[in-house]
Amino acid sequence: MIPERFRYHRARSLDEALDLVAQAPGQARILAGGHSLIPLMKLRLAQPQWVIDVEEVAELRGIREEGEVLHIGAMTRYRELMTDPLVARDAPLLALAARRVGDLQVRNRGTVGGALCHADPAADLPAAALASDAELELRSRRGQRRVALGDFLQGPLTTDLKPDEVLVAIHVPRRPGWGVAYQKFPHPASGYAVVGVAAAIAAESGRVARVCLGVTGVGPRAYRAAASEERLVGTGLDPEVLRAASAVVTDGIAVNHDQFASAEYRRHLAATYAERALAAAWAAIQA
Amino acid sequence: MNALIGQPVRRREDARLVVGRGQFTDDVQLPGMVYAVMVRSPHAHARIRGIDASRALGMPGVLAVFTGRDLEGVLGSVPTAWIPPNSDLKQTPHRPLAVDTVRYVGDAVAMVVAEDRYVARDAAEAVVVDYEPLPAVADVMAAVAEGAPLVHADAPGNIALHWKAGEVPDEVFARAEVVVRQRFRQQRLIPNPMEPRAAVAQYDSATGHLTVWMTSQNPHIHRFILAGILGIPEHHLRVVAQDVGGGFGSKISCYPDEALVAHAARVLRRPVKWVEDRSEHFTATTHGRDHVQEVELAGRRDGTIEALRVKAWANLGAYLSTAAPGVPTILFGLIVNGCYRIPQASTEVFGVYTHTTPVDAYRGAGRPEATYLIERMIDLFADAIGMDPVEVRRKNFVPRDQFPYTNPFGITYDSGDYERALQRALERIDYAALRREQAALRAQGRYLGIGFSTYVEMCGLGPSEVAGAVGFQGGLWEHATVRVHPSGKVQVFTGASPHGQGEETTFAQIVAEKLGVPFEDIEVVHGDTDRITMGWGTYGSRSLAVGGSALAVACQRLVEKGQRIAAHRLEAAVEDVVFEAGRYQVRGVPDRSLGFQEVALQAHLAWNLPPGVEPGMEASSAYNPSNFTFPFGTHVAVVEVDPATGAVELKRYVAVDDCGTPINPLIIAGQVHGGIVQGVGQALWEGAVYGEDGQLLTTSFLDYAMPKARFFPPIETEATVTPSPHNPLGVKGVGETGTIAATPAVVNAVIDALKPWNVRHLDMPLTPERVWRAIHGKGAQG
Repeated sequence: MIPERFRYHRARSLDEALDLVAQAPGQARILAGGHSLIPLMKLRLAQPQWVIDVEEVAELRGIREEGEVLHIGAMTRYRELMTDPLVARDAPLLALAARRVGDLQVRNRGTVGGALCHADPAADLPAAALASDAELELRSRRGQRRVALGDFLQGPLTTDLKPDEVLVAIHVPRRPGWGVAYQKFPHPASGYAVVGVAAAIAAESGRVARVCLGVTGVGPRAYRAAASEERLVGTGLDPEVLRAASAVVTDGIAVNHDQFASAEYRRHLAATYAERALAAAWAAIQA
Repeated sequence: MNALIGQPVRRREDARLVVGRGQFTDDVQLPGMVYAVMVRSPHAHARIRGIDASRALGMPGVLAVFTGRDLEGVLGSVPTAWIPPNSDLKQTPHRPLAVDTVRYVGDAVAMVVAEDRYVARDAAEAVVVDYEPLPAVADVMAAVAEGAPLVHADAPGNIALHWKAGEVPDEVFARAEVVVRQRFRQQRLIPNPMEPRAAVAQYDSATGHLTVWMTSQNPHIHRFILAGILGIPEHHLRVVAQDVGGGFGSKISCYPDEALVAHAARVLRRPVKWVEDRSEHFTATTHGRDHVQEVELAGRRDGTIEALRVKAWANLGAYLSTAAPGVPTILFGLIVNGCYRIPQASTEVFGVYTHTTPVDAYRGAGRPEATYLIERMIDLFADAIGMDPVEVRRKNFVPRDQFPYTNPFGITYDSGDYERALQRALERIDYAALRREQAALRAQGRYLGIGFSTYVEMCGLGPSEVAGAVGFQGGLWEHATVRVHPSGKVQVFTGASPHGQGEETTFAQIVAEKLGVPFEDIEVVHGDTDRITMGWGTYGSRSLAVGGSALAVACQRLVEKGQRIAAHRLEAAVEDVVFEAGRYQVRGVPDRSLGFQEVALQAHLAWNLPPGVEPGMEASSAYNPSNFTFPFGTHVAVVEVDPATGAVELKRYVAVDDCGTPINPLIIAGQVHGGIVQGVGQALWEGAVYGEDGQLLTTSFLDYAMPKARFFPPIETEATVTPSPHNPLGVKGVGETGTIAATPAVVNAVIDALKPWNVRHLDMPLTPERVWRAIHGKGAQG
């Protein structure tokens, strides 16, 4: 529980942070909330030579409207997601997922950017951010780029983040009036999702106009359940349709298995939780 | 002030603990202190071909690397302290650091000592051990199978012990109206006290004295054993355990690590600290439980139980830990009949070596394993004959007028009223209404389950004569000294060694009431072999029953001495002086009295003492109990199972416990709550899992599920009071009731909820998948 020797640098600005990661490509890790990185370092599963703390980088903070999207700074804490009025109005699914993350300490310290860059395949936020069509704003000394979260997440603890890049913010389309729900079956030990399903539905005249289903805990990375979504659009979400759509939520996914849950059981749980999340999201629209 | 026994006095130790002012072992800071880290085996079984410590030794700040070879002939073996008679116990050497062979993942191979923790940790990674992996066996039944890899060459078939008690002839089962048979698995648990183990050792080269601060439930036992391993006289060793953050049995055992740290301090002439980290705790500290049990019950259709036969295989791990051989034999096998009058019963136990972390006492130690099997068998029997499980219990209880009751194994239960505790629980939950609700909910597709556990435990360990008869290599009495200073302030020195039980509070309550001295004037001193004359420690729910009784006896001696002095000063006959509420009063003469603390001053001044009375005001007692105590009660769990996922929700939990005369209901409630939470933890979540190759697969809190507050409804507690007749306080002990009672109550409740699917039994932990598979007829997890 003692990390290897490392150097610690507290960046005062985004420029400084970008300089630091550029100087030590591949050797540096950004320290955001620290609730994933520090335990990994203490177990010596992560051994960065440089730890760059972005606690004081103002450019990574803040939640604001930018036309059709909500700009959410990478250093936004779970706690801020849970309590921010703009998020509550325009992207409440993120708040619902944040509420189910870890414990009070983790929610007070953990950040949006940290969660997405860490890419834990059982974390809550990626499912909700996928179902919110989140796009990532990445910066480096080479410039800026935007990437859809679905393309950014690549595998367990693996992303498209380049060694010299810093995640600055996420952008989510503003979706007031959508019905949303996050349903999670937590692991009794870790609290991580054995299965977590985030559902967002837009309705038109009593039928599903658009639906986004984000799933975590089930595969090597959080994913959008496209097969399920396709079966739901245009329907009135009656029970048979719901069941049939939920049944294909793991189609094409290499389902995880561990001591706690076999692949067979996890597949079943995913379908059950997809059904529950979709029903809850649908009910939220009616309400 | 005087009626303190029975009052919910707040724990006086909490103030310092909650503000971080406790003095735990890791809080000990000494000038020049250096740090030790153990190099542990990553293999379950391997030959050590060589150890290359040269790179570690070359690192700046590294002082020494010790290996097993270095210590041969220097440190003795780590002994076991329980040798059950007629068990053919195969004691095998347990060297402090492995020599030639490692036998479990976590077996210590080398110790690195360096100037700071960071260097020590880095250097430990730089020690290169050349292992030749060997076949390993982790599962208890696999270890006794033909051709299994041997853990010790001199323990054929991996059998460490074979022990039997009682005899039930086959004819009893052949003739019985009903026979119920079931195999149970008591899964392995990892204790996980909040504070892991730790040790700090300081050597005084001028006197040859060693001081070891360590996480101990029994400092005097540790001194006794450590002195032996270190080869030094006991009076040159001081063991201190100031604040200890829980133990649950794991800090009874004597491990290699503390001896190694003491040895390093002696060799290096520097204070040495070692603190186990949490990952290390998972493999380096003893585990608990881990039995396979085959149980047969014979009975009549009217619900009468006629006989019980138990055969168990207990996984003892790679080495015999301190109390390990006694836990699955004496503390388990002699009480498998529970609170039931079963005319014939027998237990046969195989203690088995495996390539796993040693197994020893874990909160309840043997008695939870016994209670689980009998309480599950009662439900299975009830199911077989179509009788309400409550009625089967009632029918077979030892009736209240049969105490003292001697069970089929010769154990004599002191007192009890099982029916009353059951009745209280039934009223509290409104049993009839609950069964109606269950039926109504089932019709709606919701599955409620109601489970009972009517338990009795054997606590307050125990008479020393019995300790000897059952092979425990120590006494089980307890020592107390009560010292009244000239000012009347009191210090109590107890051999009990609290590590979370709150005895600084309860023991002060006892003394305050017995001497009539203000509670604030009393300090309880514990956990230091130089300050405490002798002690056998805290485990087996014994501190109050034995240590508290020692205190009561010592107080009585002081009261009697004071009475002679007071009578002399008041110019009255001794028999005319009465002691009430802290004052010596001449009977019938209200204005002639003296307070206890005034008398104490006179005793110290000794200006005018009666003939034959020595100056001073101090008394000791070495109290040896005449029997164990037998707390009992009824626990009821109400659960709901979600058939879609198999998830179990605990809806309600009612505990009626009888621990004899209560000293502090607040502390009792704390013990009961904590124990229940741990017991439910075993039923639903906890379980150490080894792979077939002997790798521990549950190695952190990410995968080993400890109970959490949010998993629980408010726990409802009630008490009945049936004093123990054989100790001066009438107390029975309450530290283990929760883990003993809760586990079967919850499992019985889940199985009850699964009645519509004809599920007869599931092994613990009752994880959602296991329950879901049972509901959907899917067989065991692949």
